[in-house]
Amino acid sequence: MFSSLAEKLQETFKRLKSKGKLTEQDVTAALREVRVALLEADVNFKVVKDFIARIRERAVGQEILANLNPAHQVIKIVRDELALLMGGENARLNVSSKPPTVIMLVGLQGSGKTTTAAKLGLLLKKQGRRPLLVAADVYRPAAVKQLQVLGEQIRVPVFSGETDPVAISVAAAEEAARKGYDSVIIDTAGRLHINEELMQELEGIKAAVKPHEILLVADSMTGQDAVTVAEGFHARLGLDGAVLTKLDGDTRGGAALSIRAVTGCPIKFAGVGEKLDMLEPFHPDRMADRILGMGDVLTLIEKAQSTIDAQQAAEMQKRLKSADFNLEDFLLQLRQFKKMGPLENILSMIPGFSGMKKLREELQFDDRDLLWTEAIINSMTPQERRHPEIIDGSRRRRIARGSGSTVQDVNRLLKQFEQTKKMIRQITSIEKGLKKGVRPGRFPFIC
Amino acid sequence: MGLFGKLRDKLTKVREGFAEKIESVISRRREINEELYEELEDALIQADVGVAASLEIVARVKSRAKELRVGDPSGLKPLFKEEVLRILGTETAPLLLPPGPPAVILMVGVNGTGKTTTIGKLAHHFREQGKSVLVAAADTFRAAAIDQLEVWARRAGVDIIKQREGSDPAAVVYDTLQAAKARRADLVLVDTAGRLQTKTNLMEELKKLRRVSGREVPGAPHEVLLVVDATTGQNAISQAKLFGEATGVTGIVLTKLDGTAKGGVVVAIKKELDIPVKFVGTGERIEDIMPFNPAEFVAAIFD
Repeated sequence: MFSSLAEKLQETFKRLKSKGKLTEQDVTAALREVRVALLEADVNFKVVKDFIARIRERAVGQEILANLNPAHQVIKIVRDELALLMGGENARLNVSSKPPTVIMLVGLQGSGKTTTAAKLGLLLKKQGRRPLLVAADVYRPAAVKQLQVLGEQIRVPVFSGETDPVAISVAAAEEAARKGYDSVIIDTAGRLHINEELMQELEGIKAAVKPHEILLVADSMTGQDAVTVAEGFHARLGLDGAVLTKLDGDTRGGAALSIRAVTGCPIKFAGVGEKLDMLEPFHPDRMADRILGMGDVLTLIEKAQSTIDAQQAAEMQKRLKSADFNLEDFLLQLRQFKKMGPLENILSMIPGFSGMKKLREELQFDDRDLLWTEAIINSMTPQERRHPEIIDGSRRRRIARGSGSTVQDVNRLLKQFEQTKKMIRQITSIEKGLKKGVRPGRFPFIC
Repeated sequence: MGLFGKLRDKLTKVREGFAEKIESVISRRREINEELYEELEDALIQADVGVAASLEIVARVKSRAKELRVGDPSGLKPLFKEEVLRILGTETAPLLLPPGPPAVILMVGVNGTGKTTTIGKLAHHFREQGKSVLVAAADTFRAAAIDQLEVWARRAGVDIIKQREGSDPAAVVYDTLQAAKARRADLVLVDTAGRLQTKTNLMEELKKLRRVSGREVPGAPHEVLLVVDATTGQNAISQAKLFGEATGVTGIVLTKLDGTAKGGVVVAIKKELDIPVKFVGTGERIEDIMPFNPAEFVAAIFD
């Protein structure tokens, strides 16, 4: 996620960092590259312009050039501004003091409204609420059926009706009040933002049910048009926030930066996978770190906490950071990772990982590889697991035979382990670095 | 209103976003200078043409203008048209259909670009040409995708081959091709589940669909059409590249072109990967699809 932008920015900064002292020209040259990187990431053109101007103002300021580590200062400024651009802190859903809270989802066709409705329903249900899904898209063939199927999967009731979306929404809100559902999620029809008829219909629903939260569902792969779309919906309906979908691809997600910057509406959630539990609260500050390749240790730890019990999570954190990390820990970690979801999502949260393109390619294993890895480690003696350096040629052959793999597989695994160890050393040094303030030569992307 | 007028009408938004922006930049200026060229670059970038392609187009316009001694900004417009056409090509890219039936067209793309809808429209399009069409409901993943395709098949008046939701898409393709051979259908359209191009395992599944088609009908799939949403930005290049590597994409269907002020990414895709646009979707009705003619497209947005 966002990886290409991170790589580009990191390259720029690597060059910047190789210089002892920065001149104004250096900053200008670096910012030019930041500009191209952001534009290629589909950040809205006007937003880029303002962004670069603001950074220049701060970066070319007096105190920066005199500073000992100007490159770090520039990186910090870019990071802060990125986070600010995306809205600073995580914004929560508005909740009505008098239930039900009515949430209305709007957006273009194909942005993922129906899927998001179900994901949001599941998320609220997990928080102990009682959601009701409302199928108010009566135009797209089988849209109602789609929501019904999804509702069944997550065991959340779906309200549907005849042909009038306004009447359906009103009836659903009444049903919710009567039957004690505390959240109503309305899935509306997707249409182009320039479609007058649809806009009137959405305004009709808004006037009739007075939603507490109108969320724009936006495809994170949208280009420069994202802003026009968001502005179009915002002008007519007054958005309260946005949900960014399909963020698990390789989109650079410039839309995320632009929507918030232009409409002022915070991005509240991000869809990060096809499964229905893959909707996460959106944290702008963490996302900024991720864009810059500084990793997202907080989300990683939260994820671990929600799947592993607290004690195990603490253990894991300790092991992650410990210097004598061995293959036994590696195996344990792999098993716990498996519980947390697809590997690529998790790895992208590790500091510096998105920036290390080469390493990422070498480490590219899918979840099936985990089974092999487990088998190989299981074929080692405890002694070998604790001291992998003793594994010589004949031991490798034995391990390969024992696990039904090849010596090459064993070699690859040992190499991966070494790299993981190296990466973990870096995390530890960054964390120390952060505590002491930014230190030269300790950022993950200069390795 | 002829086909051309209709296209022009549908592309109002594209024209507003693209050509009129260039126009306004040009008409505001008395003379040709660096600033003017920079604004033109910006206009292209805002149309999702992409940084690299925009820089190249402007650089070439610049050198052509010098060559032809164009002194007035208004003289730049035809040069722009020329450059965009040079990248897009002037001819409609033909469909690569085999001499004997059945022709197999595999539709692929990321989630939500409009694959199912496009299949409905294409089925109608080929039916109008007097072809017998069979659609394969090989999106067995998304909830109610099969029902959605069924509605479109009914509207287009074509037969659909389907299995249960969650069944093996390769089996659906196999069944459809058997049926196509038995019924001597001219054309098979295969709907597949939307997937992000970075999901390696899901891309493998598409390769399998390719293999199964090729085994049942020699040379199949004859066309692999990547469905791209016209509002997509630079990620479309990654889509074209990765779907291309996995499935051998032969053409692009650009959808939702009626609502976007952009669509410029097709220029970038053609330039970077040399994959032509073959159809454009321009509305919600079943007849809202047409073969893509670059010359008409460029004329419709520039004139």
